Amino acid sequence: MGTTRVIVGLGSCGIAAGAGKIYEKIRAIKDAENLDFRLTRTSCIGMCYREPLVEIIDENGQYLYGEIDESKAVEILNSHIVNGNPVRDYIVYTDLYDTPDRHYFDGQVRIALRNCGMMDPEVIGEYEAREGYAALKKIADENILPPGIIQEVIDSGLRGRGGGGFSTGLKWKFTYDSKSDIKYVICNADEGDPGAFMDRSLLEGDPHSVIEGMIIAARAVGASGGIIYCRAEYPLALKRLRIAIKQAGERGYLGRDILGMKGFDLDITVKEGAGAFVCGEETALIASVEGARGMPGRRPPFPATSGLWKKPTSINNVETFANIPWIMLKGAAEYSRYGTEKSKGTKVFALAGKIRNGGLVEVPMGITIKDIVFKLGGGIPGDKKFKAVQLGGPSGGCIPEYLSGTRVDYDSVNATGAIMGSGGMVVMDESTCMVDIAKFFLDFTRKESCGKCTFCRIGTKRMLEMLERITEGAGREGDIEKLEELAYQIRDNSLCGLGQTAPNPVLTTIRYFRDEYEAHIKMGKCPARVCKKLITYEIDAFKCTGCTVCARKCPVNAITGERKQLHTIDQELCTSCGICYSRCKFDAIILS
Amino acid sequence: MRVERIKKERRDLPACLKTDVSLLDELIQRYSGKKGIMIPVLQETQDIYGYLPREAFERLSRELDLNLSDMYGVATFYAQFRLKPVGRYIVKICHGTACHVQNAGTISEALEEALKITDGETTGDGLFTLESVACLGCCSLAPVMMIGDDTFGKLTGRDAVRIVKEIRLKNRNTSI
Repeated sequence: MGTTRVIVGLGSCGIAAGAGKIYEKIRAIKDAENLDFRLTRTSCIGMCYREPLVEIIDENGQYLYGEIDESKAVEILNSHIVNGNPVRDYIVYTDLYDTPDRHYFDGQVRIALRNCGMMDPEVIGEYEAREGYAALKKIADENILPPGIIQEVIDSGLRGRGGGGFSTGLKWKFTYDSKSDIKYVICNADEGDPGAFMDRSLLEGDPHSVIEGMIIAARAVGASGGIIYCRAEYPLALKRLRIAIKQAGERGYLGRDILGMKGFDLDITVKEGAGAFVCGEETALIASVEGARGMPGRRPPFPATSGLWKKPTSINNVETFANIPWIMLKGAAEYSRYGTEKSKGTKVFALAGKIRNGGLVEVPMGITIKDIVFKLGGGIPGDKKFKAVQLGGPSGGCIPEYLSGTRVDYDSVNATGAIMGSGGMVVMDESTCMVDIAKFFLDFTRKESCGKCTFCRIGTKRMLEMLERITEGAGREGDIEKLEELAYQIRDNSLCGLGQTAPNPVLTTIRYFRDEYEAHIKMGKCPARVCKKLITYEIDAFKCTGCTVCARKCPVNAITGERKQLHTIDQELCTSCGICYSRCKFDAIILS
Repeated sequence: MRVERIKKERRDLPACLKTDVSLLDELIQRYSGKKGIMIPVLQETQDIYGYLPREAFERLSRELDLNLSDMYGVATFYAQFRLKPVGRYIVKICHGTACHVQNAGTISEALEEALKITDGETTGDGLFTLESVACLGCCSLAPVMMIGDDTFGKLTGRDAVRIVKEIRLKNRNTSI
């Protein structure tokens, strides 16, 4: 005994689901009953839909318990730890036998996420025990010079995982080729896409691999300054990054003459973003680091020649950096074994929306959307009909069900009008209105437009007004064509990626769901029954108990009825606010 | 455009709130003479006061050699900065894509109705400020809201109202 480990998943999602209390509970019981096991914590393993997760590793094997609450935790401790009987009902994954959740991991190839959920992210020794900093040591020991590192990364075929898809090795080469006394590497952790949380999980679960990737990048391009630009909305990621940087400095991975490499100095600082989506664009990010409004600048010159403080700067995404140590250690050939001809390696996706198994998955490039949604994601809950996936956030687009055979690689996804983006994959079913989704994203980009380019600033506003009209039943003949025309103008006349891609959600939804737009405009109907102005509420005479809640809550007094009598809604007065629908305890309010 | 969000805040700026600017001493000392400090300085100032008071702007501008108009420009550009005091609890309702398709709108509506304020406003008792945010990154728990450092997931409008009412009750009890 004494080798048994109990590990609690304490990523942001886990904590939100109550894992913090469970950790405390287990510790209290361990102390009170003097139980013999090692209690540790880890971060998100990606199985968000089963949070909170508790893993037990004993001499027989590995058991992952899902959806644990305090009473289940007590039961598991008693049965599994004290009496040696694993509680099969709560096990979601084990290496001993098949479980329904096994397929969630079977389809994955975990390179960037190799350590997430496998170790305590706040203990550098655990990272080192999992080949951490071995790539950096290899570079030092074998005296691999910058051109050698760059060539390895070029050969691996790794492309920018933030969404741009530019060759990481080439980016480094351009920065390396720029002559300057000072150069910088920046890690772009300003994950602003709503619906994406890959970078958060990586930073929370494995900050050291990102830092090691940055150190290798700095070695390759000749940088002495490192900056991680991270969203302030990710407090746990920021905390763990700061701990990791301090630990790396203590072990000599940061500082002067790193690992004996003469003249290789690097310090990394963390900059907190202040909440602006546009700062994910590299020139805006640089402006923000310099302390100005985050407005994008003209390119060229590219940051590789003139970036932060006008010095050559290489900016890469969190996931890109996390791949680097693995590539340096295992070799470019091993990495490029995965993926398609032009998109090598793996990609992490954040699966969310109308999906059974929401969470983080890392899959080889070239897998089909259908496989991600159904094989890994377990399909749509409530057996509703799968309608589309949204890829790439506000810059991306919706890919309809009939194209779900599309392979996820940069080129195939671009061909659909969507973009790969940073990896947010939001699944939509028949109860999602595509016009509403287009409106949602346009509202987002309109708010986040920095205002520099006229077409982005005013064009998005005009498009939004049109979409609002359409969803309120006041759409006009010709609106669709006008939307398209404006979309092309915004795309062609904006300086940065935000404006150039802002129309994508509208263009793809028009392309694939034109009939829904037409239903709104011509028939005044919302087929998915989402757009409030286009739906009516009625009371089901069989279900209404006359409890009067709806009548009391109705803000416009449109509902009348005596206690214990059937209530009715006056359609003339009703504003379709939906309060009655959300308040009725008997499902007696029906939508039509 | 991003500046739109400041209009509302400027109108109801409280007339006289005494700001103890000596709280900035340590911060000014630490950042004096450095470059690229604007955003961290404003962030830490907001950590001290909960918002960015005018008096703090003025002192920082004088002593750190920052241009007042640049400071105002930055403070109004980024969503994080506030120019007026906020409630003790900031209720952040996530309106990311995943939350949107899981009906985050009804959470906002239920809370607006229960607290009798709209997005960006603070309740009369100074307890709650409602804030819609883009994404909290807990997409698989959608719809989500965050109060202080606590995140609440898989909400319904009813849950959200219950949570807020519990907090209000707790505060009332402790204040008696």
